[in-house]
Amino acid sequence: MAVLKMVKISICALKESRKIILETLQSLGLMELICLETEEDYFSKTDTGGMRRNFERNAALTEQALSVIRKYVPEENDLFLSLKGKMLIEKKEFQKVIDHKNEIMEAVMKILDSENSIAEKKSEIQKCENQIEMLVPWADLDISMNEEGTSQVAVLIGTMSGDMTLEKIYERLGSRCPFYTSASIHMIHSEKDAQYIVVFCMRSDVSMIEEALCAEGFTRPMHITGKVPGEAKAELEEKIGQLDKEIEYEEAKIRSYVMYRKLLKELGDYFRIRAEKYQVIGTLPQSKNTFLLSGYAARTDVQVIEKAISSVADCIFVAEEAESDENVPVVLRNNVFSQSVEGVLESYGLPRTGGLDPTAVMSFFYVFFFGMMLSDAAYGAIIAGSCYWMIRKFPGMDMGIKKSIRLFLYCGISTMVWGVLFGGYFGNIVDVVSETFFGKRITIPALWFVPLSDPMKLLVYSLAFGVVHLFVGLGMKGYLFLKESRVADFVCDVVLWYALLTGLLLLILSTDLFASVAQIKLLFPESVRLIAAGLAVIGATGIVLMSGRKAENPAIRLALGLYDIYNVTGWLSDTLSYSRLLALGLATGVIASVVNQMGSMLGTGFAGMVLFAIVFVVGHALNLGINLLGAYVHTNRLQFVEFFGKFYEGGGRPFEPFREKTKHIEIKEEKSS
Amino acid sequence: MSLGIVFALLGAAIAVSLAGMGSASGVGVAGQAASGVVAEDPAQFAKVLILQLLPGTQGIYGLLVAFIVLSQIGLLGGEVASVDLPTGLLICAACLPIGIVGLVSGRRQGNTAAAAIGIVARRPEQFGKAMLFPAMVETYAILALLISILAVTNIPI
Repeated sequence: MAVLKMVKISICALKESRKIILETLQSLGLMELICLETEEDYFSKTDTGGMRRNFERNAALTEQALSVIRKYVPEENDLFLSLKGKMLIEKKEFQKVIDHKNEIMEAVMKILDSENSIAEKKSEIQKCENQIEMLVPWADLDISMNEEGTSQVAVLIGTMSGDMTLEKIYERLGSRCPFYTSASIHMIHSEKDAQYIVVFCMRSDVSMIEEALCAEGFTRPMHITGKVPGEAKAELEEKIGQLDKEIEYEEAKIRSYVMYRKLLKELGDYFRIRAEKYQVIGTLPQSKNTFLLSGYAARTDVQVIEKAISSVADCIFVAEEAESDENVPVVLRNNVFSQSVEGVLESYGLPRTGGLDPTAVMSFFYVFFFGMMLSDAAYGAIIAGSCYWMIRKFPGMDMGIKKSIRLFLYCGISTMVWGVLFGGYFGNIVDVVSETFFGKRITIPALWFVPLSDPMKLLVYSLAFGVVHLFVGLGMKGYLFLKESRVADFVCDVVLWYALLTGLLLLILSTDLFASVAQIKLLFPESVRLIAAGLAVIGATGIVLMSGRKAENPAIRLALGLYDIYNVTGWLSDTLSYSRLLALGLATGVIASVVNQMGSMLGTGFAGMVLFAIVFVVGHALNLGINLLGAYVHTNRLQFVEFFGKFYEGGGRPFEPFREKTKHIEIKEEKSS
Repeated sequence: MSLGIVFALLGAAIAVSLAGMGSASGVGVAGQAASGVVAEDPAQFAKVLILQLLPGTQGIYGLLVAFIVLSQIGLLGGEVASVDLPTGLLICAACLPIGIVGLVSGRRQGNTAAAAIGIVARRPEQFGKAMLFPAMVETYAILALLISILAVTNIPI
């Protein structure tokens, strides 16, 4: 349980060893670099933006190529992909990939070219299909679309708008220009609002007839092919077939690159690592022959860093305690069990620099309360079992996910324990099944007691656990004060409150109200009651007098003290808040029994069993899901609001070391021995 | 059969219906906000789904109380208990807290959840904090549930 002490490291070395030092630091991944500002004009910064962008562009290209390959050859087992974590790659293998980077980039280019040409061909196919669609109505026309006619006879090809018959067209033509010599109109294709027609007429009449027809809604087709429509259509179809074949060929080409997938991932990560390095180089102050570098690392890691660097290059290495007013990042270090709640803590905010790491204390209460809220042995076994399976099945998974899954493993175990204590196995499944299908009711007795038959008892225990949790929180505050040797604060803000609260608590326990609620009469000897009253009075007086000790004016000081006493109501509401342990615990059990009851109402024979099984699976899956969510949310709330409210200050900056930020692979360090 | 059992059943109906209405309304409002976020950024689906479900608990609390009432008065199999009028009214009164508070807090929690979904839309890493605000509203539903359960289980039948 600790916030690690941070050390500020400064390194000055010759420029020629810049590459090796940075690469060593990057592969260690233990140090966070800071951007140094120097005023001396013999230091300057190099602009590495171009190099960095180049690497980033290459990384983006490999990623594009990967997504193209994925489109044609999907990767298997997508469901658990996020759990698998990164591939472990030997350093030697990685070096081999780097040596062949030009060849791999050529493959990338070929893949992207193929993809581009597929896209082009697809758009061409689309164009052909559009043309075919326009030719379809003209399919029965057996002359070319731009047929001019003979020296005597002219041809007009086009559409008439509107719903018209051939007679009607003749009629309209006759009424518009009564003096034409002769005309023969043929209907090629008829649609509801367009008639596709061909008109043969004397060349001398053509302009007159066309004018007349145009007035009636005649238009020439927009796209004219020089061919007979049927032939043109066949040609286009042939072209589409050709293009389809070409696309298939390109796709096959892309598929043939599938064995490059792993190489592409490795190379992409190589580019990412390089881009990160160049970004850092851009921030380093450099003189003609030297460069400066500075950053934070955990004190426990300093020796490792120093050893690694001095083994590869000569440099000046200075490590000094980080000053507390600097913006020092925060690193937590905990044992395997407590580590699992670090994710929850991070979602609230890391402790500020020099603060207290509450992870260890919190992890115990977290698992305890979570189990109490879910409290069903079977549900606990399901959660714990599936988490255990995931951890075993995917050892390489991301550390953050692994921590959360481990947290749920512990919470599942705790849920099992509470389930056994309260006698909950899928609610009351054993009772219901034995009674419905075997005619004899069997009950697994609760190891402690059944909450539904004695809710008051569980309420009292819930509040009692709450008081313990809150008192521990107040204790943490006291520990913080003592650590910073603020004894006055410790006495006034912690000890006096302990006195007041303990006194009040003892007084409440001895009242008739408590006896009627808890159905237990606690008989305290008179001396205990006197001591309790005394503690409460001392605490209250002390708080009234001391709480406003920072104020000069005695009246304001008293007013602040009185206001602070008002916080007793805050303690009361905080304690009552723990009644959610009871409410959520009951909710799981009762809904589970509702599911079982519904299942048992469907009959007893074989069909009844099948129906029961269906109701059982669906109902319990739903109940588990919704109560898991409830337990998670409300356990977090108890930690964040009630517990942290007593002592915790967040606002720490997470530690972001200079490391190999990869997406797909992790480079295995060779054992030096 | 006396009128008592009618009131007892009315109580159960009030608990489950009002609380259910509150939750339905809350989950609905939060769901609208969640759909907007997923339309922009489908990766946030799991997070906004959790936030959307938060106002759903009131309905479950109502169900919880109604179920305890039904099993107390023996409507779930077995003998129907003889409930006299005062006892029936007592049970009905005991159901009011979770019904009324469930209705109001469910709706309010829905609004808060929708706002919290807005946090996730802009800053997905602040999910832990976003989850807290709706959970604050729920406290009062839990307090009402507590009184309803204690009252119902302690009314002698």
